[in-house]
Amino acid sequence: MPYQFEFGWLAEYWPQILSGIGVTARLILIGGTLGLLLGIACAWMRSLGPKGLRWPVAAYVELIRNTPFLIQLFFIFFGLPGLGLQLDAMTAAYLAMILNLGAYACEIVRAGIEATPRGQFEAGASLAMSRFETFRHVVLVPSLQRIWPALASQVVIVMLGSAVVSQIAAQDLTFVANFIQSRNFRAFETYLVSTLIYLVLAVLLRRAMILVGAAIFPKRRAA
Amino acid sequence: MTEFTTWDILRNLLLAARWTVVLSLVSFIGGGLIGLLILSSRISKRRAPRIFAKGYIELFQGTPLLMQLFLAFFGLGLFGVNVPAWLAAGVALILWSAAFLAEIWRGCVESIARGQWEASASLGMGRLQQMRHVILPQALRIAVPPTVGFSVQVVKGTALTSIIGFTELSKAGTIVTNATFQPFTVYGLVALIYFALCWPLSKSSQILERKLNVAHRGH
Amino acid sequence: MSLIAVTEVRKRFGSNEVLKGIDLDVEPGEVIAVIGKSGSGKSTLLRCINGLETINGGSIMVAGAQLLDDEVHLKALRLKVGMIFQQFNLFPHLTAGRNVMLSQMVVKKAKREVAEAMARRQLERVGLAHKFDAYPDELSGGQQQRVAIARALAMEPIALLCDEITSALDPELVAEVLAVVRELAAEGMTLMMVTHEMAFAREVASRVVFMHEGRVHEIGPPAELFAAPRTPELQRFLGLVHS
Repeated sequence: MPYQFEFGWLAEYWPQILSGIGVTARLILIGGTLGLLLGIACAWMRSLGPKGLRWPVAAYVELIRNTPFLIQLFFIFFGLPGLGLQLDAMTAAYLAMILNLGAYACEIVRAGIEATPRGQFEAGASLAMSRFETFRHVVLVPSLQRIWPALASQVVIVMLGSAVVSQIAAQDLTFVANFIQSRNFRAFETYLVSTLIYLVLAVLLRRAMILVGAAIFPKRRAA
Repeated sequence: MTEFTTWDILRNLLLAARWTVVLSLVSFIGGGLIGLLILSSRISKRRAPRIFAKGYIELFQGTPLLMQLFLAFFGLGLFGVNVPAWLAAGVALILWSAAFLAEIWRGCVESIARGQWEASASLGMGRLQQMRHVILPQALRIAVPPTVGFSVQVVKGTALTSIIGFTELSKAGTIVTNATFQPFTVYGLVALIYFALCWPLSKSSQILERKLNVAHRGH
Repeated sequence: MSLIAVTEVRKRFGSNEVLKGIDLDVEPGEVIAVIGKSGSGKSTLLRCINGLETINGGSIMVAGAQLLDDEVHLKALRLKVGMIFQQFNLFPHLTAGRNVMLSQMVVKKAKREVAEAMARRQLERVGLAHKFDAYPDELSGGQQQRVAIARALAMEPIALLCDEITSALDPELVAEVLAVVRELAAEGMTLMMVTHEMAFAREVASRVVFMHEGRVHEIGPPAELFAAPRTPELQRFLGLVHS
């Protein structure tokens, strides 16, 4: 007997799906923003900051980039209580996403900083700006502009990766999908629908990143 | 009640890590082979294969790997009776890797200057000959570092197969945690084992890339 | 008292000594043209005076304050001495006006309106008031260099260092930049410029410094120096330049 696809359950579970989308959106909005800020701070420490900070930041970046997000999440949620740090699922999910994106964004932003012509630093210095003022006002924006497409891709990757926060019972889109398929016994259709929703979210997120870029950066190209 | 030493924990994790390695190798090699097919469609002269490959890549890059694993697991279930987790895991990871590798390699092929295509065409080479003798030898060199770099993503990607029940390193971590009630130690060790697998790959990718850049600047 | 006092300054890059003991005093209102072959150390000298390079020996005093290698002293020095670069180094993400306003607001904590008024005044001075809202890549090289001059002037320096400021320009754009410099000299601004424009040096400079192999080889008023070079090196250099 050929398999009959069945999507009638959608009507019943639509509110839950919407709430799952909302959680996933919140995760990437907050995790993405704070992760990016962390990444910029780390990039500054690694390429321009005090020498003593470079090693610890490098270690953090390498550790995150060479371990699975799932294990980072489990370590934070299940492991940290051993140190007396008990986090609820959403907080753990936020923290994991911020730390994860922070490490990747650090390397991406750093590449942008290091592509800055030396003359830009010298011009800032000759105008009596401190190293940090030069970074903040002269170097940062053109550096971000240079690497914005790579950063946008990484944010999308982190959003898609956030599906695993369902494993610590954070109630994101995947969590909702798991819940629904346990009720309607239509696992394939349920995951098919949520996959398509993720696809739409990824497309929208990419668009949003392009719009944000257009708002931050002048229309002119960076040198 | 049994006492678990750190060594007991580590030994069990290392035993399970073998499956992480096996699955990574299978996914990477299988993904490479299918990736080549996708790549050749993606840069084909004909429109239909190009559009298919583009859609394939966007679909796999635009959706969570976890969802792909679920779909493989339950999708294969629609055909057969009982799908073993390793099969679904292998299928999903191979298809997923293929999309990323095809896209990485496309970038490499397209970075070969147009003049190289034109020069070889002007020498009367057909498209396959151009590929074989002119484009691929150059593209291969620049493709090595990002390809090695992607292998890190494959190793990390295998962690998700624990969620559909494949017993590799991450799953073993959960099992051992449930037996020992030492999540801090267990997940810490799991992370270190992943790090030991991935870091050499990351580093060699970086070193290869630096070498390539130096060689390029030499021209 | 001299405005800039360079005493026994030495600078090494690795084992290569680029400045081998430079002595030079610049009086207020003087225009010093520094000439010499590439590699003679003339750009390095200028960069040392702005603290962009750390000296290995000797001392540099500007308006009585010693140049030391820490952020407080460097900042004090750079507030007194502006620098113009060969490659303009405008900030690509800011309009011409914002380029001129930035360090006033960041370093001097000037209010926005004050900085903007100053920026408009200085852009006017270099003939670019109408380009206030233009981005650097919308400007010609000559215009960019004039914005860079306005940007340095907005910090109200007591001296300007110009490092081959016309070398990156197309020939037809050199004149507009030199015209601005000529104007500044006439207004009494103290200038120290590394240049290949011999005619300009002859016309505007109060003294010319010829550098050779890391030393001040000859120094004097342009009329003397160009008419009667005493050393064979300068004779050869001038001959080379004229031919």
